[in-house]
Amino acid sequence: MTDLKQIINTKLELASSPHVHTKLSTERAMQMVILALLPCVLSAVVYFGIYQLLIFLVSIGIAMGTEYAIKRIRNQANTLSDGSALLTGLLLALILPPNFSLVFTGLGAFVSIAIGKEIFGGIGYNIFNPALVGRAFLQAAFPVQMTTWTKTNFNVDAVTSATPLGGFKFDGVAADLSSMFLGNTGGSLGETSALAILIGGIFLIALGIVNWRVPVSMIIGILIFGTLIWLINPEAYMNPLYHLVGGGFLFGAFFMASDWVSSPITAKGMWIFGLGISLIIVIIRVFGGIPEGVMYAILFMNAWVPLINRYTQPTIFGAKK
Amino acid sequence: MSFFSINKSFKGGVHPDEHKDLTENSAFELMPYPAEVVLPLSQHIGKPSKVLVKKRDLVKSGQVIAEPDGFISSIIHSPITGKIKDIGKTASVGGRPQEAVTIVAEGEDEVVFMEPLDADSISPEMIIERVKEAGIVGQGGAAFPTYVKLMPPKDKNIECIIINGAECEPYLTRDYRYMVERTQDLIVGIKLIMRALGVKRGIIGIEDNKPEAIKMLKEATSQNSEIKVEVLKTKYPQGAEKMLIKVAVNKEVPPGKLPLDVGVVIQNIRTAISVFDAVVKGEPQITAALTVSGFGIKTPKNLIVRVGTTVQQVLDYCGGTNEDARKVIVGGPMMGVAQYDMSAPIQKATSGLLVLTEPEMKHSQETNCLRCGACVDVCALNLIPKDLAKFSKAGKWDEAEALGVTVCMECGTCSYNCPANIPLVQWIRLGKQRVINIQRSKQNVS
Repeated sequence: MTDLKQIINTKLELASSPHVHTKLSTERAMQMVILALLPCVLSAVVYFGIYQLLIFLVSIGIAMGTEYAIKRIRNQANTLSDGSALLTGLLLALILPPNFSLVFTGLGAFVSIAIGKEIFGGIGYNIFNPALVGRAFLQAAFPVQMTTWTKTNFNVDAVTSATPLGGFKFDGVAADLSSMFLGNTGGSLGETSALAILIGGIFLIALGIVNWRVPVSMIIGILIFGTLIWLINPEAYMNPLYHLVGGGFLFGAFFMASDWVSSPITAKGMWIFGLGISLIIVIIRVFGGIPEGVMYAILFMNAWVPLINRYTQPTIFGAKK
Repeated sequence: MSFFSINKSFKGGVHPDEHKDLTENSAFELMPYPAEVVLPLSQHIGKPSKVLVKKRDLVKSGQVIAEPDGFISSIIHSPITGKIKDIGKTASVGGRPQEAVTIVAEGEDEVVFMEPLDADSISPEMIIERVKEAGIVGQGGAAFPTYVKLMPPKDKNIECIIINGAECEPYLTRDYRYMVERTQDLIVGIKLIMRALGVKRGIIGIEDNKPEAIKMLKEATSQNSEIKVEVLKTKYPQGAEKMLIKVAVNKEVPPGKLPLDVGVVIQNIRTAISVFDAVVKGEPQITAALTVSGFGIKTPKNLIVRVGTTVQQVLDYCGGTNEDARKVIVGGPMMGVAQYDMSAPIQKATSGLLVLTEPEMKHSQETNCLRCGACVDVCALNLIPKDLAKFSKAGKWDEAEALGVTVCMECGTCSYNCPANIPLVQWIRLGKQRVINIQRSKQNVS
């Protein structure tokens, strides 16, 4: 019969099946995303100078400090080790303009964690992407500083430091596509180089950390909606490829919209989410008063996620459709 | 190989580390029978069998010691020659104390088998009768009495049988060994099952991580137009009945229905071998075949043991456990049962005994749900595991029921794949059981 001594002596685990687990964990996923962002960090430093590292340090430091303080105040377990606060700080820094004020950076990082994440209950409970909440706050509070762009280190001949999207919208100037692909244009720190973003993004898809449906549906969406508008009047509207590599689109597709917590969980839902974001981006870029709309588009679609999940529940295997 | 395989598959599923190389090339070894065996009276789904012997009775190997109680039940034979020591509660691999007969070996092994029958001329009725007399139960894990499955209700039109050679549980290589060691016997066993059911179509489903078995069975069936080998993509849970039927004959078993509702009967590889042994050799089911594996066991093996041999005896026979052994499991790593009492006996349908170490289990810290959708992505039955687990945890049985908690087959794929390491299927199991209990009590009231 059951011998309690035997159980204690053998120190055997008794948890029920399954007894094995995938090697992916929350911590490891966060580490991999941080690793995947390093090409973007590198591109920011190469194009905009070593000062940008301070923005990263402040953003990450304040994000982690804020989370630590809030957990302390609320008497909850410290969650810094899962790496998500570090990641939010890093993501926020990557979507700020070059040479941005360090004080404002810190303020943005505080808002990202406090208002974007902890107010909802911490990791896993937020509705909106925390880094985008921080950026939206900064955009509203400091609109001039948030749209003051710097020339890249290699773009000495350029007459303007405006972003490709801004240049097209306000001055009718089309940027060089290959510069946009490499990142040699005005723009936010981590958003200018499509190449760096693709390296990190494809790495995450290969690891199964980013679900391919979100970036792929967004890319298909932007090409479809961008082409439709462009066909109406190719003179007045941007080539769809500019929509694709311009502004924060690719960064948003691979690193922002694909955020686990604030994106849908069903396959169909991910398609609706991705296509919806792209539709809103094109509408804002073409008809709105501002040149870029990735941030607002993702935040807007974040709000719909619970509803999308509810209405895209898959049909149970074998049940009548 | 499996990731890029072009072979047929189902939606969802995962690829756990297989570790089949630990035992796949070890031929079956016959473990000598121990000095004492413990024979549970319920080694099958259905009512426990009725004991026919008393304390101090002398029994021989193959002698009937318990008879079926009701339609869904099974005969049990003595696996050894000796004396009945005790009849009463003992430990079981399921965890709950269980009524069992303890037999002590005494004297030379005397074997009383049934009369061998001619496989070519035997009638369907006689096959079913023999399968019942031999006490054969399904070897896929559920241990449903096989003769009952050979007698489907008259209104069900059975079109084909599928022999489950997927063996999708990591580590296990029992069915693989049967496919390569007893290929011809297996084919005869399948033909006997087909004749008993009166069907003309048999499909052997094998995952593509067993190329040797596929080759040998394709050769063995090349002259036979009725039996076909279907190569399946290696992916867990490919061996689940619903998944296997979907891939092999492209039919979906609706929730709450059985394979026979879509005209299919599924049998395991070793069940077909047992049918062969019962008919051709007259051998009742007094042995279990199992893979003993994992990094916590000294010498991994494929073993044939007498039913009732205890877990401890098998572990000792395989050289004992290593220092870093953390978990002993009866069955596979995805659906097997963790053991705490090593005096529990191996049963007829036991297919594996694993001793795992910490590094192979890869457990991480549980965190909040990150709504990543990894569980939804891999659920082969299209459920939303995170919501089922959430409602089960909160005791919201109605919500769990509405989302299909009772459909869950508890394969564990969601828990395996959850990066937050949430015990999803464990919560779902709880909710499923509660919902089923509530449904039953409602039926009893009305």
